[in-house]
Amino acid sequence: MMRPGAMRAFMVKEIRHILRDRQTLTILLLLPLAMVVLFGYALRSDVKDVRIAFVDPMPDDATGAIRNRFAGSARFQVVDVVPTVAAVEPLFRRGAADVALVFEPDLAGRLSRGSPAQLLLIGDVSDPNTGTTIQAYASAILADYQRDLSTARSGMRIEMRTRMRYNPTLESVNLFVPGLIALVLTLVSALMTAISLSKEKERGTLEVLLVSPLRPWQIILGKVLPYLLLAFVNVVTALLAAWAVFQVPFRGSLALLLVASMLYSMVSLALGVLVAAITTSQRAAMIGAMAGTMLPNELLSGMIFPIASLPDWLQWVTIVIPARWYIVISRGIMLKGAGIEHLWSEMLVLVAMLAGFLLLAVRSFSSRLD
Amino acid sequence: MGSPSTAPSSVDSPLIVDGLGKRFGDVQALDDVSIEVQPAELFGLVGPDGGGKTTLFRILTTLLIPDSGSATVLGLDVVRDMWEIRARVGYMPGQFSLYPDLSVEENLGFFASVFGTSIEEGRSIIAPIYEQIEPFRDRRAGALSGGMKQKLALSCALVHRPDILFLDEPTTGVDAVSRREFWDLLHSLKESGLTIVVSTPYMDEADRCDRVALMQHGRILATDRPAAIGALFPHPLFGVRGHDRVALIRTLREAPHSASVFPFGGELHYSDTRTDMDPSQIASEVRQLLHAKGMEDAEVRSIEPGIEDTFMSLMGTASSTVPA
Repeated sequence: MMRPGAMRAFMVKEIRHILRDRQTLTILLLLPLAMVVLFGYALRSDVKDVRIAFVDPMPDDATGAIRNRFAGSARFQVVDVVPTVAAVEPLFRRGAADVALVFEPDLAGRLSRGSPAQLLLIGDVSDPNTGTTIQAYASAILADYQRDLSTARSGMRIEMRTRMRYNPTLESVNLFVPGLIALVLTLVSALMTAISLSKEKERGTLEVLLVSPLRPWQIILGKVLPYLLLAFVNVVTALLAAWAVFQVPFRGSLALLLVASMLYSMVSLALGVLVAAITTSQRAAMIGAMAGTMLPNELLSGMIFPIASLPDWLQWVTIVIPARWYIVISRGIMLKGAGIEHLWSEMLVLVAMLAGFLLLAVRSFSSRLD
Repeated sequence: MGSPSTAPSSVDSPLIVDGLGKRFGDVQALDDVSIEVQPAELFGLVGPDGGGKTTLFRILTTLLIPDSGSATVLGLDVVRDMWEIRARVGYMPGQFSLYPDLSVEENLGFFASVFGTSIEEGRSIIAPIYEQIEPFRDRRAGALSGGMKQKLALSCALVHRPDILFLDEPTTGVDAVSRREFWDLLHSLKESGLTIVVSTPYMDEADRCDRVALMQHGRILATDRPAAIGALFPHPLFGVRGHDRVALIRTLREAPHSASVFPFGGELHYSDTRTDMDPSQIASEVRQLLHAKGMEDAEVRSIEPGIEDTFMSLMGTASSTVPA
């Protein structure tokens, strides 16, 4: 009853929709580029002129030597030396200091007696990446000092503990690119399909399509395949941008990454169809796709916040987030050069998700109106 | 629910509806609806918005499942034979369901392909309609006028040569000239043997159907030829004119034998309970009454009741529907 021409016509029609909405198309094509560049620069790890304050309750040779080393570093700029931790607080609040290094009283005495000495680094960092970097610089300076001490008098050590005033995470542009690709793919696949399908609902064209020999799966397939093509273009653009602008390493198989990306796109497409099937307006579909796919994929995938830093129950939730698995795969391929032998289990999870969401989508996409 | 069918069922009838009921929450959208449509008949469903016309169309086009009753389209059951029906009906929903970003030709070509055919294969049936919009074939559907959109939507619903056509309020939002042209087209389609079921909220369009069913609150109030429906009006009817409509309405309502009074276009329609009296005598009595009450310019003439008059009387309310 159904000729292959119908599917082709459906896809041609869908491609026309995509090509004729110039503004949306431009945004979709430039988005991966813009995101990689913006996120990449925003997350750059070079930090200069960190304003540091010292809490030195009992100044002596040791604290003086350490302070001098910080003052001599190009990375740091000493803004104040205060006697108590409480006195640093106003500096932070005014924004006059980025970090404070707290000395233990009688540091020189402890060091000479060979008992462990503790230093505390307090950071006022709203950007976790900056905090991590500052911490690394401070550690390096202290490690230098310690090494010099150790050669003079053995068995003495300083322990540094760090306390961030905001939840710190460890990310860099390299770790970010795979997450960005996931985000772009979610946007193109889930959000755009959901919008496009719910548009048909709103316009009433779906009503006509339903009263035709087309089966639901044919409508869905005709709808999503063109977006898969667009997703493919986006993956390639994002990779090119990452490589050209930030020299993000690419160690593994490109083919495998593309396969994984398309797999992930299909999962997102199925989710988009599902969202459109259960909502009744374009607006609801858009919000549904944002809340149901974009946000979790961004926040619970390990893209920005490491999964290990989430509360236990949220860690369980991440299991159903497709981007979580895709990011493991893409990071593995890009950064570690991992092959299918290491990533097959994550790939299988995505395949299972695809099957599950697709089934749900086809089932909730009724061949009738109610 | 489900009283016995009023229409005798014939095997050849392309549409048989028997005791259909459908409820949405608290709203009884369809209540024991029965109709039977003959081959090559132009059948109208007439009634105000919310009367159940769209629900009925959606059940007949297999989009909704009825709660009770049954219906066959081209001898096929609307629930069981969903896919067979879908291949053979043409359907134009309440709004012109076109893709505004696709051109006239692309829209038509797309709907043709969906049904496994092409514009060329369907050309002979759509020719009289499509020829009117073909000069604009490269124009985007979104940039067409209401009348042209309507013709394009009809072409799209016809291109696969359906055996029965369902048109849900095809003339809503279209100018008067385009509406007239559209009905002419429906007549020529009917002449070619196509069965057409069309709904409209406009009473004046009911006259252009072979038979109509008056629908309100999910029920069929009457089904007959338009002229016969007018004859169902139970009382002598009069058209009354005068500049002070408010005073006219008040006086006529209070007249001793008043059955109903409602505005109808530029005049008032007054019906009188004295069915066995000579209408011209009633007219002159009413005229005298109005003149006596100070409305010297009042004119009263005896008129033939139309569908809308019957409809108003069947609805049992004096509120007017949208005048044409």
